[in-house]
Amino acid sequence: METKQPLGGRVLTGPFVFFLILVLIGAYFAAKRFTLGIGAVSNMNDGYPWGIWIALDVVIGTALACGGYTMALLTYAFNRGEYHPLVRPALLTSLFGYSLAGISVMIDIGRYWQAYNIILPWHSNLHSVMFEVALCIGAYCLVLWIEFAPALLEKMKADRLLKKLNRVLLIFIALGILLPTMHQSSLGTMMLMAGYKLSPLWRTAFLPLLFLLTALIIGFAVVIYESLFSSVTHRLPLETTILSKLATVTFWCVLLFMVIRIEDVNLRGYLPLAFDGSLVSNMFLLENTFLLCGLFLLMYPGNRNCPKLLFLSASCLLIGGSLYRFNTYITGFDPGNGWQYFPSVGELCITFGIVAVEILGYMWCVKRLPIISVPQTS
Amino acid sequence: MKIKRRDFLKLSAGGSLLMATLGPTAALSNTEKKALPPDAVGILYDSTLCVGCQACMVACKQANKMPLETEDVYRRWDNPQDLSSKTLNIIKRYQDGSEATKDQEQDGYAFIKRQCMHCIEPSCVSACPVSALRKDAKNGIVSYNKDACIGCRYCQIACPFNIPKFQWESTTPEIVKCQLCNHLLKEGKYAACCSACPTGASLYGPMEDLLAEAKRRLKLEPGVYANFPLNRIGPDGSNRTTSHKVGQYVQHIYGENEVGGTQNLMLAGVSFSKLGMPELPDEPFVRLADGIQYAIYKGMAYPLALLGALIYMIRKGENNGDHKDKA
Ligand code: SF4
Ligand code: SF4
Ligand code: SF4
Repeated sequence: METKQPLGGRVLTGPFVFFLILVLIGAYFAAKRFTLGIGAVSNMNDGYPWGIWIALDVVIGTALACGGYTMALLTYAFNRGEYHPLVRPALLTSLFGYSLAGISVMIDIGRYWQAYNIILPWHSNLHSVMFEVALCIGAYCLVLWIEFAPALLEKMKADRLLKKLNRVLLIFIALGILLPTMHQSSLGTMMLMAGYKLSPLWRTAFLPLLFLLTALIIGFAVVIYESLFSSVTHRLPLETTILSKLATVTFWCVLLFMVIRIEDVNLRGYLPLAFDGSLVSNMFLLENTFLLCGLFLLMYPGNRNCPKLLFLSASCLLIGGSLYRFNTYITGFDPGNGWQYFPSVGELCITFGIVAVEILGYMWCVKRLPIISVPQTS
Repeated sequence: MKIKRRDFLKLSAGGSLLMATLGPTAALSNTEKKALPPDAVGILYDSTLCVGCQACMVACKQANKMPLETEDVYRRWDNPQDLSSKTLNIIKRYQDGSEATKDQEQDGYAFIKRQCMHCIEPSCVSACPVSALRKDAKNGIVSYNKDACIGCRYCQIACPFNIPKFQWESTTPEIVKCQLCNHLLKEGKYAACCSACPTGASLYGPMEDLLAEAKRRLKLEPGVYANFPLNRIGPDGSNRTTSHKVGQYVQHIYGENEVGGTQNLMLAGVSFSKLGMPELPDEPFVRLADGIQYAIYKGMAYPLALLGALIYMIRKGENNGDHKDKA
C-alpha cells in the first residue's frame, strides 16, 4: 500500500537561501523593466522582437512543464494506472512551469495592462496563432490549479469540497490533456509565420507536429529526471519498473521525431546546409546530436532499467529537445539587415529569477503537501 | 536566406500532406491571388525618378508628428539610420564602386524608399491576437490601434518586410508603422510623402491607376523624354506632370505579386535585392500557418471530438477502478 505524504523536514536549507537570492535579483530587474521600459533591461530589438523571455521561459519552460500533460495522457487516456505515483509530482512541476511562463509573458508583453483584450470577442482574432496559444495556455493554467486542488484540499482536510471536486475533476483532466496538445503544437505553427526569416533547417510545415513531439519527449524526460532525483535526495525506493516502461514510450516518441525531423530536411534538400560550418548549422548538428545520443541510450531495453543510463539519456533528450525549440525561436531566426541579439544580464537575471521561484516552490511543496508516493510501513 | 519558389511549393506540399492526414481543407488549395479591396489606394515609388532629397521623410515626420531622430549632440538635424519607432519612412541609398552613375548596379548608386507595404494579405494582421492591426475593407490601408494592442510583438516576427517597430524605451510602448496617412483622408488630403515629392518618384492614387502607370513606364523606351505624373493620380489626381528621361528599368514591378501583392508598388533601375528588398514568393507566408490552423481548428470540430473521446476513456478507466484517487 502506498500513500502520498508530505516529506517534511526543514524548509530553510542552504539551496533554499541560494535560490531566494536569485529571486530577489530577478525581482530587482523586473522592477526596472516596469519603471523604465523593456529596452532598459533587455537587448531585444526591432529585428529580434522575441528574446529569451519567450524562448526560454515560455517555449522551453512550458515544454519542461509538460510532465503533468504526458503523465495524465498515459495514466488516464491510455488507462495506464501503473504510472499513477508519478502523476502528482509531475502535475506540481507543470503547475509551476506554466504559472511562471504566464508571469514571464506579463513581463515580456509591452502593454500588459491590456492583456485581457485577448478574451474580449470584439478584439479576438481567431486567425491568429498567438491568440490560440495565449488562450490555451491561460486556460491550462486554470485547469492545472484545479487538477492540483485535491492535494491542497487533502492538506486542509476539506473532505466535502474534495468529494465535490472529484465528481467534476474528470472534465478538467480531459481538458488538461486537450489544451497542451493544442498549444504545444501551435507553438510550432507560430514560427511558420516568420517565413524566410526562419532558416530552412527549421522552417517546415511539420513544425506543429515536431513541437508536439518535443513537448512529449521533454515531458517524459522530466518525469524520469524528477523521480530519479527525488528518490535520491529524499532516499525513497526507485520506481524502476515504471520508469523503464516510461523509457520505452519515450524511445518510440524520439524515434518518430528523429525520422520526421531528418527526413523532412533531407527531402526539402537542405541537409547540406547543416554542414556549412556556420553557427546556425552547428546548432542544428548539436541539437540533433543530443537527441540521437538520448535515442541510442534508450535503444537497448536493458539500458532502460539502469538508473544511471536513464539519467544520462533523459538529460540528452532534455537538452536536445530544448535546443530544438530554442533554435526555432532564436538561433534559426535571422531578420536580415545585420540585426543581432544576445541576451543582456538583466534579461538573464529575470529568467533565472523565474526558474528560482519554480524550484523554491517545488521544494516547499514536496515537504509540506502530500505529493510524493511513499510506501507505507505499518 | 533566399527562398526559392520551388522550396515554397515543397513546403506547401508538406503542409498539404500534414493536413491530408488531419482532414480536408479548402484553405490551401486556393493559391490564387486575393483580390484588392474595392477602393484600394497605394503608392508607386519609382527609384529612377527619386533624387534622394528626403522631402518625403520631412513631410512624413510633420504629418505624423514623429520625433526627431539624431545622433547630433546639438540636435540640429533629423538623421535616422533606418526605420524605427521614430521614423515611418526612409530613403536609403545603394552604392557600388566609384558611384558614378545613377541607377546602375556597377559603379553606380540608387535610392529606395522603405515604409509599410500595405500587403494585400498582411502577415501582421493575421498574426495580431487582438486585431490591433487591421486592413481596411475598402481602401486596404493597414492601420494600428494602440487601445487593442497588448505589445506581444508577433507582428514584428511575422512581417516579411520588418516594418512594425516597437517603442522599447517607453513604459507604455506602442507599435509604430506607416498607416498611409489615413488620418489625412478625412481632411481631403493624402499621403504626405507623395504630396511633398517634387519629382513624382512617390505617387499616390488608386491601385488600378498605379499599376497601369507602372506598366506604362516599363514599356517606355529608355533614354527618351517622357511625361510622369506628380503627387497623385486617378479621379482626384493633381493633373500635374513633369518631363524626365526614361530610366533603364528592371522589368519587374516589386509588390505586384510578392507575398500575394502589396499596395506599395516599386520600380527601379537596379535589382531589388541590391536595394535591400527581400526576394519573396508569390504565396503569402500567412497561408501556410493559416491553412494548418484552419484545418485543425475549423469549427472546433477536432478539438471537441478529442475532448469527448478523452472524457470517455477516462471515465472507462475510472469505472474499471484503476485509479480511484485522481491527480
Ligand atoms: S509590410 Fe508588414 S506591416 Fe506592412 S502590411 Fe505588410 S505585413 Fe503588415
Ligand atoms: S504587438 Fe500589438 S499590434 Fe503587434 S501583434 Fe502584438 S498585439 Fe498585435
Ligand atoms: S504614407 Fe504617410 S505615414 Fe506613410 S510614409 Fe508616406 S507620409 Fe509617412
